[in-house]
Amino acid sequence: MNTATQVQEPSQRTTISPRLAKNYRRNITERIIEFLLMLCALSAVFTTIAIVVILVYESYSFFEHVSVFDFLTDPQWTPLFEDAHYGIMPLVSGTLTISFVALAFAVPVGTIAAIYLSEFASHKTRETVKPILELLAGVPTIAFGYFALLLVTPLLQMVFPDLPTFNMLGPGIVIGIMVVPYIASVSEDAMRAVPMSMREGAYAMGATRFQTAMRVVTPAAISGIVAAYILAISRAIGETMVVAIAAGQQPNLTFNPMDSAATITAYIVQVAMGDLPHGSIGYQSIFAAGLVLMLMTLFFNVLGHFTRKKFREAY
Amino acid sequence: MGTASTLENIDAVRAMIKRAKLKDHIFGLVGLVCIMLILLTLLILFVDLVVDGYPKLFSADFYSNFPSRRAAKAGLLSALVGSSLVMLVTFVSAVPMGVGAAIYLEEYAPKNWFTEIIEVNVTNLAAVPSIIYGLLALGLFVYTLDFGNSILTAGLTLGLLILPVVIVATREAIRAIPIAIREAAYAVGATKGQVVGQHVVRYSAGGILTGVIIGMARAIGETAPVITIGALTFIAFLPESPVSSTPPFINFEWLTSGFTVLPIQMFSWLSRPSSSFHVNAAAAGAIIILVTLLMNGIAIKMRYNIRKKIKWQ
Repeated sequence: MNTATQVQEPSQRTTISPRLAKNYRRNITERIIEFLLMLCALSAVFTTIAIVVILVYESYSFFEHVSVFDFLTDPQWTPLFEDAHYGIMPLVSGTLTISFVALAFAVPVGTIAAIYLSEFASHKTRETVKPILELLAGVPTIAFGYFALLLVTPLLQMVFPDLPTFNMLGPGIVIGIMVVPYIASVSEDAMRAVPMSMREGAYAMGATRFQTAMRVVTPAAISGIVAAYILAISRAIGETMVVAIAAGQQPNLTFNPMDSAATITAYIVQVAMGDLPHGSIGYQSIFAAGLVLMLMTLFFNVLGHFTRKKFREAY
Repeated sequence: MGTASTLENIDAVRAMIKRAKLKDHIFGLVGLVCIMLILLTLLILFVDLVVDGYPKLFSADFYSNFPSRRAAKAGLLSALVGSSLVMLVTFVSAVPMGVGAAIYLEEYAPKNWFTEIIEVNVTNLAAVPSIIYGLLALGLFVYTLDFGNSILTAGLTLGLLILPVVIVATREAIRAIPIAIREAAYAVGATKGQVVGQHVVRYSAGGILTGVIIGMARAIGETAPVITIGALTFIAFLPESPVSSTPPFINFEWLTSGFTVLPIQMFSWLSRPSSSFHVNAAAAGAIIILVTLLMNGIAIKMRYNIRKKIKWQ
């Protein structure tokens, strides 16, 4: 009896083991799948780390040659000239001026469009316009560059005959057109999130649509709308092709939109189009400029993120 | 006396209502003008490119010629081939990675600080200016990994660029699938991998596809990062063909080849002082815009249909 069970046991084990083995294999496969998927997700983290490491590393070499003080205070940016100056201010002033022009155009148009779509338009109009806004947002920036150089600037020159071919006004307006869909759709989402009961309250008091939109819906959605503006600034700052084509290549410390001036992005493109040797100070300078650009957009992105978060908590 | 003042009041109130209603109408009109302005811009942009590029758009030579110093002879051939090959690399690199990341975040990731970090990164990457990706690629792919300014570098760069687009769209599609579908699959003994692979991914395929199309449309038109990695503008040769008639039929030599893409070709024509090249630029722009509008249009339409059709009940 005793010996029988002892003989039995191993044979039982062999009858069970294929299932166990299958389960084991299944578990291993599951683990491998999960691990591979996690690697995919980690690619986002790796990309961020790689961006930071590369920008900081190359900028570090740059700042071994150029003092941070000069970088921030020198009024000239001429890294490729014999008499090299490395002051980031002219590039920053160009970037900010163009972004300001863009926002001055996009904020009123985008906000009015959002209020109209959210509070005035019929369901059918909204369902037609929103996809078109999305289409406009998908148009490649290079096409807008063509638009700025060969259509908008000549039109502006009819109004302002002194306007040079390369100027900041035309590209600014075109970037404004580019970010209108963004402002409109994000603000509209914020307005649609305002509870219907608030509108009904206003209507019950005898308010018109316009009064409801201006005094009830817009104030209630204001943090979402402001977040849209802030994120639009970040986009305008990072916009490259329109300014590289239509704003000129000459760094120029000015806030006058009628002048021509290079932006941070335009400078990077200009250097990349040339043939600068790897490791030269000119090559490193685009990473320093890129670092400044990254910090500027990061600032606005974080600001926009927190503004929007505040808005989400409101209801 | 009393009745007179009430009447006067009523008139005043009526005048006020009239003014308020007038404002209503005026704003309605202004809003309509703003919307029209946006729509017209899109139309003008497209029509302007087509009209300016008209002489080139319908000539077969334009599509079969290499770039040339003479505007009349300059064509798009190398840019068309370059764009297609770069898109192939972008597709192969971004789609599996993006879909995988989205599946992990939606189905596997535990709710902890680690997942939070990944999520913050994805959101942040979507807002990084495209030219920064160009700098990343210049430092990482071109010099550190020594891929040079090749099709491989450009494809991988654009792949990283559209990764957030694919991830966000896939997550949205996966989230739309009700938990009951997963529970049913678990109930009959499916493992998590089987639930995800045979049910979740399959039912969200339409939504994933729209995200992929929108991402690819963005990659086709993207210029700045490709310029930054040093794409050449004057390419008078074609890369090695990826498929050949002799074994092993497929080769990868084209990956390391120099290249140009449509938007770069357009930029180079546009930045020439001579306006005779502007016709070529307009024609190239018309093609780019047509392709991207078409792709985005299809994706938007698809998403609309999916939302309308699927009711999980």
